[in-house]
Amino acid sequence: MTSSEENLPAEQQTASQEVAPAGRAPLDVISVREGMFGVHGSGDTSGYGGLERVVSMPGASPRPYGSYFDEIVDVLTEVLAEAGVDFDDAVEKVVVYRDELSLYVVPEHLPLVARSLRDDQDLRFELCLGVSGVHYPEDTGRELHAVYPLYSVTHNRNVRLEVAVPDADPHIPSVIDIYPANDWHERETWDFFGIIFDGHPSLARIQMPDDWPGHPQRKDYPLGGVPVEYKGATVPAPDERRAYN
Amino acid sequence: MAAPTTGPSATAPIGDTGGAREYVATGADWDEIAEDAHAHADERIVVNMGPQHPSTHGVLRLVLEIDGETVTETRAGIGFLHTGIEKNMEYRTWTQGVSFCTRMDYLAPLFQEAAYCLATEKLLGITEDVPERATLIRVLMMELNRIGSHLVAIGTGGNELGATTVMTIGFTGREEILRIFEAITGLRMNHEYIRPGGVVTDLPAGCTQMVRDAIPKIRHRISQLEKILLKNPIFVGRLKGVGYLPLAGAMALGAAGPILRSAGMPFDLRRAQPYCGYENYDFEVPTSTDADAFARVEIRFKEMRESLKIVQQVLDRLEAQDRKGKQPVMVADKRIAWPAQLSVGSDGQGNSLEHIRKIMNNSMEALIHHFKLVTEGFKVPAGQVYQQVEHPKGPLGVHLVSAGGTRPYRAHFRDPSFNNLQTVGMMCEGGTIADVVVAVASIDPVMGGVDR
Repeated sequence: MTSSEENLPAEQQTASQEVAPAGRAPLDVISVREGMFGVHGSGDTSGYGGLERVVSMPGASPRPYGSYFDEIVDVLTEVLAEAGVDFDDAVEKVVVYRDELSLYVVPEHLPLVARSLRDDQDLRFELCLGVSGVHYPEDTGRELHAVYPLYSVTHNRNVRLEVAVPDADPHIPSVIDIYPANDWHERETWDFFGIIFDGHPSLARIQMPDDWPGHPQRKDYPLGGVPVEYKGATVPAPDERRAYN
Repeated sequence: MAAPTTGPSATAPIGDTGGAREYVATGADWDEIAEDAHAHADERIVVNMGPQHPSTHGVLRLVLEIDGETVTETRAGIGFLHTGIEKNMEYRTWTQGVSFCTRMDYLAPLFQEAAYCLATEKLLGITEDVPERATLIRVLMMELNRIGSHLVAIGTGGNELGATTVMTIGFTGREEILRIFEAITGLRMNHEYIRPGGVVTDLPAGCTQMVRDAIPKIRHRISQLEKILLKNPIFVGRLKGVGYLPLAGAMALGAAGPILRSAGMPFDLRRAQPYCGYENYDFEVPTSTDADAFARVEIRFKEMRESLKIVQQVLDRLEAQDRKGKQPVMVADKRIAWPAQLSVGSDGQGNSLEHIRKIMNNSMEALIHHFKLVTEGFKVPAGQVYQQVEHPKGPLGVHLVSAGGTRPYRAHFRDPSFNNLQTVGMMCEGGTIADVVVAVASIDPVMGGVDR
């Protein structure tokens, strides 16, 4: 255990100890934080300013995954094998966190995985409840994540697909020929994150005006706002205020 | 929109219409416009309905391509009410997030609050620690809110057909519910009442009796609406067979909620994946197989009656608890729960004077703790969760990502109205313009939720 890991809360320590098996993707390190109080360059002599914390998302989970998760992974492995794709080639890692199953899918195999999950009678994930983008600027080479929550009405089960693409080449195949409901959701994620869903028939902005520059939900896009003066003191705009993160 | 042109023959000077003829109605010029449109009847006619139109259920823009009275193509333009709520939540503490998400679907604010708090609790791993009383109060608030939302859905739907009485009855019934909300939370909307870990404050004294007294009044308004609508030949004629969306279409477009139930699928998250102890309540999931606008109205009526049933069961349990003495409504963990409960004073929401005396006069440590927790907030372990609740309009999903800090790293709301509005094309194309109004009302989109 390195000194930086000692500062992690207990839960994150376990997550980092479960080092990804050989051949699987390493941990999603999303940030390295310094100091304790969100203040930099203040001449802090307490020593806390030198602390360094690595923040990573929960890593790959070992078998058994528990609940119905093993069955989903097993059946999906079979269905993918029938289509001539090795499970490990299509799915980077399997994460179980807070009793929820996430499959990290390689972008080019997303349509196949989604179609398999929808059509196989033991999987039957009929509903895709949209796609939510997340921007991790420090997850180098995998900055933009798209998260697809799937739900099976037949079996009353949930699974989540996550696809990570680099900011420099943000292309993910569209799934709207499999889940037509994702039409507006993909437009929204394009609008807010700039992820390009290849194969979408009209990937236009949906919430922002058509001529809007930039993608507002990305972390490098400023929140905006103005400082507010109150009784002689000035309260800075929300994104300028001190963050204790 | 282009500046008003003086006559129907004037071509559009502004905007990219690709050389197409553009008409802007400014008042009593309909005859001229109709005449000119008739003269060019062989061309495509595109009509903009909204965003400022009393029949589009909010700031919704519908682009209709028409052939006579028949709608051949429908597109919806949204985004007029986008306020960046999700982005703003990334710059506020986990507790402050509630005050943002409550403003999304402003007719069902407590569902956003509940879903967001359930998701935060799941991330914190304290789902089991939330006191029973807090969960009971959440169920009470959500079910009352469901009735309020459905009353507005039916009321404004009737108003859009030209029946103002339907709206006034609906709003009068909702008023009873808002009065209860005001007594409990201090506010009629934007409550910020449900917080991660529990609820802000316990029910005020005599509250359960107040709700019990209101139930017959609410039921009376529901009955009035049923009587004025369900056998009304004009209402039946306008809604029967209109806005038809069969099961396959509803599933493909993910239009769960009343739309899917009107097509015959008894899917309700309160049953399928119970949260807040819904497995312990006795209620039915009404369905129909007509899959039209009329079936959706019927289902909303039945759901309101089922919600009243749940409200009565919650009241019984709350009163049973009252007899046992004071119960907590917030988790015991002092790192998450705010040090004092707010209390609704005679002037509405107020501080706990007893707590202020304590931190200002007696305990420096308590003051520091209060200050740190309120300004800095609590940390949530890194990870992501997805939480669904059954919103009056369908499943509401919250995708929450934490990076281990005191603020959400990403909060995304899968609003049911946003998703369901996609069905507008399938419901309207092939019908008449008048049917568009009925179909949109049967989806019941609330633009605050659609645009966020």
